[in-house]
Amino acid sequence: MTATPIYNFAYLDEQTKRMIRRAILKAIAIPGYQVPFASREMPMPYGWGTGGVQVTASVLGPDDVLKVIDQGADDTTNAVSIRKFFEKTAGVATTTRTREATVIQTRHRIPEEPLGESQILVYQVPIPEPLRFLEPRETETRQMHALEDYGLMHVKLYEDIARHGHIATTYAYPIKVEGRYVMDPSPIPKFDNPKMDMSPALQLFGAGREQRIYALPPYTQVISLDFEDHPFERTKFDKPCGLCGATGVYLDEVVTDDRGGRLFVCSDTDYCEERRGGQA
Amino acid sequence: MSETEMPLLTAEGLTRLYGPRIGCIDVALEIFPGEVLAVVGESGSGKSTLLSMLSTQLAPTRGTVTYRSRDGGMRDLFSLSEAERRFLFRTDWGFVHQDARMGLRMGVSAGGNVGERLMAVGWRHFGNIRAEAVDWLGRVEIGADRIDDRPAAFSGGMRQRLQIAKNMVTRPRLVFMDEPTGGLDVSVQARLLDLIRGLVADYGLAAIIVTHDLAVARLLSHRIMVMREGRVIETGLTDQVLDDPREPYTQLLVSSVLQG
Repeated sequence: MTATPIYNFAYLDEQTKRMIRRAILKAIAIPGYQVPFASREMPMPYGWGTGGVQVTASVLGPDDVLKVIDQGADDTTNAVSIRKFFEKTAGVATTTRTREATVIQTRHRIPEEPLGESQILVYQVPIPEPLRFLEPRETETRQMHALEDYGLMHVKLYEDIARHGHIATTYAYPIKVEGRYVMDPSPIPKFDNPKMDMSPALQLFGAGREQRIYALPPYTQVISLDFEDHPFERTKFDKPCGLCGATGVYLDEVVTDDRGGRLFVCSDTDYCEERRGGQA
Repeated sequence: MSETEMPLLTAEGLTRLYGPRIGCIDVALEIFPGEVLAVVGESGSGKSTLLSMLSTQLAPTRGTVTYRSRDGGMRDLFSLSEAERRFLFRTDWGFVHQDARMGLRMGVSAGGNVGERLMAVGWRHFGNIRAEAVDWLGRVEIGADRIDDRPAAFSGGMRQRLQIAKNMVTRPRLVFMDEPTGGLDVSVQARLLDLIRGLVADYGLAAIIVTHDLAVARLLSHRIMVMREGRVIETGLTDQVLDDPREPYTQLLVSSVLQG
């Protein structure tokens, strides 16, 4: 499909893209810091990835190959519609193969296949402020970030252990970036947190409704917060994927019948299909 | 001079104007380690304005507040950076609000509330934080079985005691209290006063207590300051001022309580 002339390349006008790129550059310069930007209305509702779409539109070039995933899958509504959106407005090539993509927009997952230096991972972020549910005042959370006043973040983890006996936060698990900013990794499972650490790929985060962009430059140190006697633990699964047999990957639970039948399968559909013979 | 002979906190010419109105004017005071100072007066006499300035929550129109930091140097409180001010507030100082909801996180368990200051100063061992929280809850007579309950499930008196534990856990040297017994019934008040007296004696705590309740002032404080219309009109030893008030206004205050 080729670009239709009624849209500027990748939908946004050039001035807007410049504004967003400036925010992105600042975000890269200060890893983990939330940079405000003038988020635009997009032809989709807030909560459907308006922030991610604006970041993708601003970094996309005509030669890029785009992949869009939602909860690890290439074929869910959100992923399909965003992919089509950029096919139509930018005319870029799209793919479902992690390896072939140069820009990957994601919601709630990091692909299983390790990313490389030539790739950009764009996250859709609903609530960029990791301290939001602990401290409702934005003026106060900004001060707390400025002064590295992060005791409150551990109060949340303390509450988890007090109530559940272990850190029960399993997604949007708070991280510390290069020993400085505490950052919300977006609602990815904590299983994916270790993949952020020293990743060769550039990671960009866009929150449309909240008007914030933040970033992890390649090879950035990312540490998941924890206690000395309750260290961070990656989610483990006791069985392999029911379709491809992969172990050490993040699994989705699928209900298969009305008699309690359950199947655990890779949440990363591309990874699973490729393992099953690559005839995807 | 030994440690205890030097003032912990000194205020000079402290003035706060709200436009043409006077919040408080030309207040000077000193507080020494282990000393409890009561500030009394009727509503609108400038007590709370004074407390807000002493605790750096409100900038004065004129005047200075200096504080002797743990390294011994006197620091001008209003020249501290925000980071230093916050550090002081969560280590060396405590602030007990009249309304416990302002001093506590109502959505966080009692243990989390007490542990917050510890985590803020870098404690990262869950077991140690919890042990310290249990210890402090015990000292304010809250059972260890309530450690995971939220303050919302506590009575008014328990909330106030929890607030005190939360403040005391980093062993502050100075605690500000704004009507700490306000709104509590008499028997609960008595226990709370007992607790505060014990803490002051055990930890050599200095405290500045704002209250309109002269009985509280008599029970807790060594020295007393009487304020009216933003000015300090009488100051002295608590017994002396309450038993033998010199100013007509103080006489009125004292008589209206004792004979009321």
